[in-house]
Amino acid sequence: MESLNDEKIKELKIIANDIRKSIIEMLYSASSGHTAGALGMADIFTLLYFHVLKHDPKNPLWPSRDRLVLSNGHICPVLYATMAKAGYFPIKELDTLRKFNSRLQGHPHREFLPFMETSSGPLGSGLSQAVGMAIADKIYGGNKTIYAIISDGELNEGNTWEAIMLAYKEKLSNLIIIVDRNNIQIGGNTEKVMPLFDLKDKFKSFNCFAEEVDGHNFWEINNAIFKAKGNKGAPTFIIAHTIPGKGVKEWENDYRWHGKAPNKKEAEMALAELDNNK
Amino acid sequence: MLNQSLKLNTKIFNNDVEKISTRQGFGEGLLKLGEKNENIMALCADLTESTKMNLFAERFPERFIEVGVAEQNMAAVASGIASMGKIPFIASYGIFSPGRNWEQIRTTICYNNQPVKIIGSHAGTSVGPDGGSHQSFEDIAITRVIPNMVVISPCDYNEAKRATIACAKTKDPTYIRLARNDTPVITTEETPFEIGKSQIVFTPEVGLAHVGIVATGPILYKAIRAAHELEKNGIKVKVMNLSTIKPLDVEGLISLARETRAIVTVENHQIAGGMGSAVAECLAENYITPIEFVGIQDKFGQSGTPEELEKNYGIDTADIVEKVNKVLIRRKI
Repeated sequence: MESLNDEKIKELKIIANDIRKSIIEMLYSASSGHTAGALGMADIFTLLYFHVLKHDPKNPLWPSRDRLVLSNGHICPVLYATMAKAGYFPIKELDTLRKFNSRLQGHPHREFLPFMETSSGPLGSGLSQAVGMAIADKIYGGNKTIYAIISDGELNEGNTWEAIMLAYKEKLSNLIIIVDRNNIQIGGNTEKVMPLFDLKDKFKSFNCFAEEVDGHNFWEINNAIFKAKGNKGAPTFIIAHTIPGKGVKEWENDYRWHGKAPNKKEAEMALAELDNNK
Repeated sequence: MLNQSLKLNTKIFNNDVEKISTRQGFGEGLLKLGEKNENIMALCADLTESTKMNLFAERFPERFIEVGVAEQNMAAVASGIASMGKIPFIASYGIFSPGRNWEQIRTTICYNNQPVKIIGSHAGTSVGPDGGSHQSFEDIAITRVIPNMVVISPCDYNEAKRATIACAKTKDPTYIRLARNDTPVITTEETPFEIGKSQIVFTPEVGLAHVGIVATGPILYKAIRAAHELEKNGIKVKVMNLSTIKPLDVEGLISLARETRAIVTVENHQIAGGMGSAVAECLAENYITPIEFVGIQDKFGQSGTPEELEKNYGIDTADIVEKVNKVLIRRKI
């Protein structure tokens, strides 16, 4: 993993902005889907796919690739837009999101798009799958890094905590978990629906490493990942504080954008705002 | 008479017929697999000895993961392991896996089409005194309904061993249903086994059969005993061992239905959604035949020995005989 510099960060910012635009265009075209989380995670996906991950879009099933598991599958527009931008498939295909026969299912389905490591949608089991990958890689000496992207809302699921206990027990230092701490879920604020309190404390009490970062600051995220790679004997949680709806001022931090897509007017407004970022 | 072309256990009607559990067959099969294939892994949710996974765990501790009492995690972790090219077996009681973790099995294993092998032990009445909470009467129904899943319910120790070894050679998510108690050894090591193929284990000495009994799991033994009794009374019976419930041996079932025009299904499971339902779906579509069902009749179990439970819940040899007589009346109408 290379270190970042100002020039690289400038480049990443442009890519992230393009990805946000793609997200809005594809959600408008689909006329349903999840907007807030997808926009909020655009910076992290950009950093992962354009700087951190060991992968090859031209050889997507390269056996030595790092693995990235998206657990909260409903934010898949950001995964699809990032993968298209990275060259896994044509950007034009993003228009097919959520449509019949599309490879870009409403929630990720690996049988349709085998470049993804797993299917997801039902919450709380992605971390377990990443734990399985990390266990297999550790036992069979693969030397990969397994990244799990999970949401704060899905920490309501008991399954996640079962996975955390096992990840520590198996000393999975090859596992890095990025938590999208955006404080919203479908029914409102996370602390109102089901209080999570201090996640760093929680993960630490499960004997894991835990860091907090600004999920829109490439430097901070990159440093945290770099540090996580050096941690031994336990997995690392990176709690990324993100702004749901990030990039479109009117939508930011509004939980009502969790599960809906923009209409024509809203999409045009948002795209114009993002164009101004250039 | 027993179909000796299948090289079945000839001592089957003796009072001292050898009895070994199907879970033991699984444990030994898995150990054998582990010796041959280093990609075999095993995970257990704190029931390693009960499920006989301990045989593998003791021999290959580096390829065994104790996940604790966490069946949902076990299923999804196994999916992740399988995605890395390994073949994980996960074991628990049927009531917990595939019971507790059904959605993880559906989405992370079957929807992803990963070759995870799910071992559900202590199914049906076999867990006896533990009571109704632990008696899985629903596992065939909830597994066979999931696309991509293969469902096998071995009739005895040997078949459980063979099924365990055979399923590791396929890429399919597979559920194998096992029993706790020692049950008669019906087959031998020479008996052929193939996933998806039924076998006629009992046939009339001469002529065509009047009725076909289709059984799955160790209760096959009672079906054979019933056929043996009926034969003495002049009723000619064929007994089919339908150990693979999915994919269903459609040809074999049609052929049996065509010959007998009367079918009785026998299983240690709810009638609703079970093996009998699968047979009924098949025959309703392909060859309409009167069917009587021997199985649990929409009830939960309770504590008792397996024998007591089987007698009181209507899945004993006498119940099979009764249903055969009933279906024969329907056949004549």
